[in-house]
Amino acid sequence: MKVIKIDKKEWAKGLERLSKTYQLFGPAKHEAFFVFKALEDGELPDLDVQNTRLSPRSVIYPQSEKMFEYTLDEDQEDHHILKEIDKEYSSRAIIGIRPCDAKAFLLVKRNFDAPEYKDPYWIKSYEATTLVGHGCNAPCSCCFCTTAGCGPFHEEGLDILLVDVDDTYLAKIITEKGDRLLAAAGWDTKTDTATNDPIENMKEAAEAKITSMVSTDQLKDKSTTDLFEASFWEDVSFACINCGTCTYVCPTCWCFDIQDETHGLSGIRMRNWDSCMYPLFTFHGSGHNPRDTKTQRVRQRFMHKLKYYVDKYDNGIQCVGCGRCVRFCPVNIDIRRVCDLMNSFEL
Amino acid sequence: MLSYIDKIKEISRRLLKESKVDMVIGFRKGTVVMMNEPCFVKTVADVDKLVWDSNCGINLANYLANRTEKIGIVAKGCDSRNIVTHIIENKIKRDQVVIIGVPCKGMIDRHNIEAMAEAEIQEVIETDDTIQVKGAGFEKTLDKKEVLQENCAICVHRNPVIYDELVADEVKEQTDVDRYEDVRHIEALSPEEKWDFFEDLLSTCIRCYGCRNACPLCYCPTCFVDESRPQWVGKSQDSTDIRTFHFLRAYHCAGRCTDCGACERACPMGIKVRLFTKKLEKDCLELFDWEAGLTLEKRPPLDTYRPDDPDEFIR
Amino acid sequence: MQNPYLPYPVRIEEIITETEDKNLKTFKLVFLNPDDENKFNYNAGQFAELSIAGKGEIPIGIASSPTEKGFLMFTVNKVGLVTSHLHNMKPGDIMGVRGPLGNWYPWDIMEGKNVIIIGGGFAFTTLRSSIIYMLDPANRPKYKDIHVIYGARTPGMLLYRDELSEWEKRDDIHMHITVDATDDPNWKYNVGFVPTITDQKAPSGNTDTYAIVCGPPIMIKFTQPVLDKLDYAHDHIIMSLEMRMKCGIGICGRCNIGKEFVCKDGPVFTLDQLNSMPKEY
Repeated sequence: MKVIKIDKKEWAKGLERLSKTYQLFGPAKHEAFFVFKALEDGELPDLDVQNTRLSPRSVIYPQSEKMFEYTLDEDQEDHHILKEIDKEYSSRAIIGIRPCDAKAFLLVKRNFDAPEYKDPYWIKSYEATTLVGHGCNAPCSCCFCTTAGCGPFHEEGLDILLVDVDDTYLAKIITEKGDRLLAAAGWDTKTDTATNDPIENMKEAAEAKITSMVSTDQLKDKSTTDLFEASFWEDVSFACINCGTCTYVCPTCWCFDIQDETHGLSGIRMRNWDSCMYPLFTFHGSGHNPRDTKTQRVRQRFMHKLKYYVDKYDNGIQCVGCGRCVRFCPVNIDIRRVCDLMNSFEL
Repeated sequence: MLSYIDKIKEISRRLLKESKVDMVIGFRKGTVVMMNEPCFVKTVADVDKLVWDSNCGINLANYLANRTEKIGIVAKGCDSRNIVTHIIENKIKRDQVVIIGVPCKGMIDRHNIEAMAEAEIQEVIETDDTIQVKGAGFEKTLDKKEVLQENCAICVHRNPVIYDELVADEVKEQTDVDRYEDVRHIEALSPEEKWDFFEDLLSTCIRCYGCRNACPLCYCPTCFVDESRPQWVGKSQDSTDIRTFHFLRAYHCAGRCTDCGACERACPMGIKVRLFTKKLEKDCLELFDWEAGLTLEKRPPLDTYRPDDPDEFIR
Repeated sequence: MQNPYLPYPVRIEEIITETEDKNLKTFKLVFLNPDDENKFNYNAGQFAELSIAGKGEIPIGIASSPTEKGFLMFTVNKVGLVTSHLHNMKPGDIMGVRGPLGNWYPWDIMEGKNVIIIGGGFAFTTLRSSIIYMLDPANRPKYKDIHVIYGARTPGMLLYRDELSEWEKRDDIHMHITVDATDDPNWKYNVGFVPTITDQKAPSGNTDTYAIVCGPPIMIKFTQPVLDKLDYAHDHIIMSLEMRMKCGIGICGRCNIGKEFVCKDGPVFTLDQLNSMPKEY
């Protein structure tokens, strides 16, 4: 695996060259917090960010996304027929994505890119996107990535890993996509004698800073129905107000709703993020609702992330330990606590 | 205010022991700084997990609606006003609740404090008047009065208006506050400026409905934004739909909102949603001399008719 | 990449009001592009999303049989926004169909076996598909005895009444039609709830006999003990579930029971499978 050195003085120029062929996204400060946004001409990603408030999932999977269009005008030959919309999937790159957020795309990919069905919108968008990660030297106190199958320098899911070393970025090229991006940026890559050692050292130092942990080793062996019927759910869910914050800030949540919106005689079919926290999510036309109470809905969220996903894919939990839901839950429901309750549950 | 907890526990133990209530609703220690989690306590043994400090801003009245048990509930001034509103609106019966009143000196604004710190705050130590925050390479002691939630800083009903037990002597109510400075500022804007102001205000809304769901007033079985027959509001990130949600929600709270700040506290995007409800609160005060949740004896202005209504069309 | 969310355009060919309360209508749909019919290759027990531009989609079991060519048939109960709109549509109107979706009754496993179909109310749609499929001359020899126990509240609430009476006349299918109650003096079939009639008419369970059960929750609840009494093993009891769905392809996240998505891993499950899943449906 190749590691090159990018002189920080050359950083902006390379990004400018890159912006000719890639649409660039990156963290930027918005009022009191950071978000991922499309970078304007000459705007640099703010790599000082600890963690953005929202994950970059919307770069690949927008909160509202058009799927089809239609006309209801019966004078038109194709009235009432849904038609695909031309969509733009030119190259784009997220510069300064955290390793946890990049890994999250891989977890979500199992859902959108399944053997039986392929979600064309997500897949095309994902394939068009190059993920340039930024190693996390100063993780937040509620990051628990190292025990959630990820880590501050985790490479899985990234195309390039950037590591901030004094006046240079070390760039570890992980995939061909990453290689192509570097070529387009045209940084001087002659000095590719840089070794992997500083990265390894910084990685160890960063991992040591993460003190928040979860235990997940027993989840797979627990009985689904026993966990489902466990008595702790009432206590876990009591404070929940059933807002969608945890699911919307989460990089690994993927649920959506499909809606038609008509204006005059023309309209679109679109999808919008949805949340298992909302009663309407599972509300039958008949009035029946299998998840009618908030306890059932809270249980669904945690069971999905920490049990159903584990059983379905046999590849860890549906969580990368980014800590956003912990920080932003308005009533302090903490997935770390629930995970430990589930992992240590005995009948 | 920190000493309240002994009394809260003593009362809770007594209520549970004497079976006066089936559960006490209060707060337990949070897992992150400046956060506590609403919880219920059903046994005397569990009472010790209750806490009280300046991180108890969530309005606990939100946890009362439609419950059938007998409930002891810890209530600040604003919580008590929302309990009054709940009783008036038949969401809970007066004899179903034992209100453990807490004279309140205000809750702290964690988002604001976080924004003031150089780096992530890892530890917070509270005394009666100060908040000491610590993080990697910094330490700061803040005057609590300076870092209150905005609604607390201008609160004029810190003492519970209705209670069965009181955990301490009443605190002095604030009289020298200007409650509506921000509203007047917006009222003075031109229509174009107002439009821009609100567009900017709501530009980061992700429609998580945290504001609505944290609000004790928002207990409708189906909110108008969720209604599908007819569908009043689109479900996308369209700015008209987002505005419609916020404006209409605020109107639904007119004459009912106690400015408890739950909505603003809950918003993950830091949107000042109280600006909407406060305008209507101000109107209710000016037009009907009404403040929500102060008495069980009078009906709120929007669900009653008075011959001296200020508007001509209705007289 | 094929877009699995894009419906095939279809034209409503015929609308039949099925029940006396007029809440159930059968829609016969014809593909606008004949090629699409070949792509829509389905098995009895599957469902499809009916799509109405401007209103949305609804998952509905396919009532026609794969042995019936040239059209698709869906019987739709009027409950929500989309179904109410559909009930007001007319022959000739254009709409969409997306599918086929979900799994189907295990026709390969049931080959050479007896099949008992137990249905109640408007859940008889995919059961009609199944009966037509099995009665097709090419398929009938593959199955041994076929029993059908089908009940509705009143005679006027039975679906596909003409076909029911045709099947009654045949000797290669044992029909046990029932109604909860009736004051019709000409009613010549059973009176009683489905579980009761099952108890009286269904053959005992054995390794060579499969029961397919579809109906309202209350019917299923009381039929299950009867099947237990008749010695049906739980992996020989096959059920089809209903859930709120949107995507129909296991992606949008709402219709799960445990780790299974009803739209993709179901809607057909054996009782044995359901027993190991959370009771959340």
